[in-house]
Amino acid sequence: MYNFLDNIPAIPLAPWVESAMDWLTSNFSVFFDSIQKNGKLLMNQVTDLLVSIPAIVLILLVVIFAFFVTGKKFGLATFSLLGLLFIYNQGLWTHLMETTTLVLFSSIISIIIGIPLGILMSKSTIAENIIKPILDFMQTMPGFVYLIPAVAFFGIGIVPGVFASVIFALPPTVRMTNLGIRQVPKELVEAADSYGSTASQKLFKVEIPLAKSTIMAGINQTVMLSLSMVVIASMIGAPGLGREVLTALQRTQVGNGFVAGLSLVIFAIIIDRLTQSFNKKKAV
Amino acid sequence: MEKIKVEHVSKVFGKHIPQALELVKQQKSKTDILKETGATVGVYDASFTVNEGEIFVIMGLSGSGKSTLIRLLNRLIEPTSGNIFIDGENISKMGKESLRNVRRNKMSMVFQNFGLFPHRTLLQNTEYGLEIRGISKEERQAKAEQALENAGLLAYKDQYPSQLSGGMQQRVGLARALANDPEILLMDEAFSALDPLIRKEMQDELLDLQRTLKKTILFITHDLNEALRIGDRIAIMKDGSIIQIGTGEEILTNPANDYVKTFVEDVDRSKVLTAENVMVRPVYVNVDLDGPTVALKRMRQEAVSLLMAVDKNRHLKGYITADDALAAAKKHEQTVHSIVQSEVLTVPPDMLLQDILGMIHNSPTPIAVVKDERLLGVLIRGVVIEALSTSDEEATTHV
Repeated sequence: MYNFLDNIPAIPLAPWVESAMDWLTSNFSVFFDSIQKNGKLLMNQVTDLLVSIPAIVLILLVVIFAFFVTGKKFGLATFSLLGLLFIYNQGLWTHLMETTTLVLFSSIISIIIGIPLGILMSKSTIAENIIKPILDFMQTMPGFVYLIPAVAFFGIGIVPGVFASVIFALPPTVRMTNLGIRQVPKELVEAADSYGSTASQKLFKVEIPLAKSTIMAGINQTVMLSLSMVVIASMIGAPGLGREVLTALQRTQVGNGFVAGLSLVIFAIIIDRLTQSFNKKKAV
Repeated sequence: MEKIKVEHVSKVFGKHIPQALELVKQQKSKTDILKETGATVGVYDASFTVNEGEIFVIMGLSGSGKSTLIRLLNRLIEPTSGNIFIDGENISKMGKESLRNVRRNKMSMVFQNFGLFPHRTLLQNTEYGLEIRGISKEERQAKAEQALENAGLLAYKDQYPSQLSGGMQQRVGLARALANDPEILLMDEAFSALDPLIRKEMQDELLDLQRTLKKTILFITHDLNEALRIGDRIAIMKDGSIIQIGTGEEILTNPANDYVKTFVEDVDRSKVLTAENVMVRPVYVNVDLDGPTVALKRMRQEAVSLLMAVDKNRHLKGYITADDALAAAKKHEQTVHSIVQSEVLTVPPDMLLQDILGMIHNSPTPIAVVKDERLLGVLIRGVVIEALSTSDEEATTHV
């Protein structure tokens, strides 16, 4: 039977995207190269710094920090102590530090981009209408897909890993910042306005402090998402615990895979609880 | 002196604003405008003036547009049309910068749910207005502490609002507004969220404050008793329009329409009406001229058994009874001096009926209303009770 659908030529979307990428990479290669080079340098330095600190000192610092941040309770402190000692014991300490660097950088970049975007969204309905579908798009896209432009721009290594993680982890911070500011009670916004606050006085003295716990919840989600991207980013050469998982997967080493995976879980629990209790403490 | 002048101000919410505004100009009703254009009229052609040092109350039920109206004055809500003048300056046409200056220096707002910042201590809340004006830390803290001291809350200055009761929170709200030393206070249902007893206390405090501060106060309320208690003048709003402006007494005694009348019926009149409002023309004798025969004749004419006694300057001397006058007439006495009984209860003309009720209940004689010793009128039990009954017509038809 004749199918007229077959008569419509395929829309060359894939080639278009490809040529756009080509155009970007060839025209901005200097820009991307310098980011790749400097970023790699910076992150390696941070990792080296972390590794140069004796593990036991770092572990104790985390434990003490956890103890005070959770309101002088022993739960998280004990867990951190045992968990980190376990990771060290398994010989994964250097990988853990690489993962820490990756999570640190992608979280910080996400926050630096995400909070201003969220503020913009909360202040302008037009901006909200534009940014919201983009965020939806970013969140529904499988994380793997972000590896492709990451590789195209930055090759392989830790920098494209951070790039992909940022795209993947950005939305919660943006959304929650927007939500938090929009949820500030109307009367308080009116109070700020009625006393003659400028827009920035209102933002920094009233709105952000009141939205802080919501924003912190968004940041917590962003940190967790960037950690979850670590394993995926290892496919394009990002170092860390993720790479151990990937290697184990490729060689079907169930044991090694389990240990690396468990280490990631321990690390995830520690930073999740830390960022959360930080939030609880700061919230008024 | 005129402080605030509002001229034909309207606020339309929603779409098709120009068309809706056109209909407002044609004096169509709010429901017609909603039907024709889909726009909601929040405030409909409001005009009034507020004098310096006056407490002007805007009274209306929820949805009457009163909260919108007060927000038009500092442009928390932008007016759709009309002009608002404060000290002759047109607020509605002002640029952002000058509007901010007006908000910072001229008026402060007090909110229904206090509008205190939960992340700031009472002191930090109180100094907010000064802080954003860029006043130095020492100066603004000193001013804020003074404002809290006046509110009796200095001891709590490092507490957070959530640690305080509603009444205390609103005292902070008021202190925050006053710390700014504004000329105009905008109070949006400021006491409505408080318990009745606390509310009354706050009303008294506001009146006390006003006696010394003499601010121009615009007060929004849905409670007519509150309006009557604190307002020098009252505007009653319904469906976005102001339907009557007047003193409490004018509104009570002469409601503009049935809507106002139904409101007024619920009012506890004893808290509003004064001796002056219900006193009747005194029947009296002049002790310097009139003798007992004249007194008896006058009693017969007026069908009373008791006369007030005054001198030629109409200064109250006391009263005489019919029995005494009769006895004196029989004795052919020429003056009534000997029979004047001087122990008569007197009240000033501005005394509230609620305070008079107890006196009149125990007094066998009418109560004299006296100002500077001059007799103005008398209060008779029957008339007072009649005045207190909810509706005048009702009272007369049932008598």
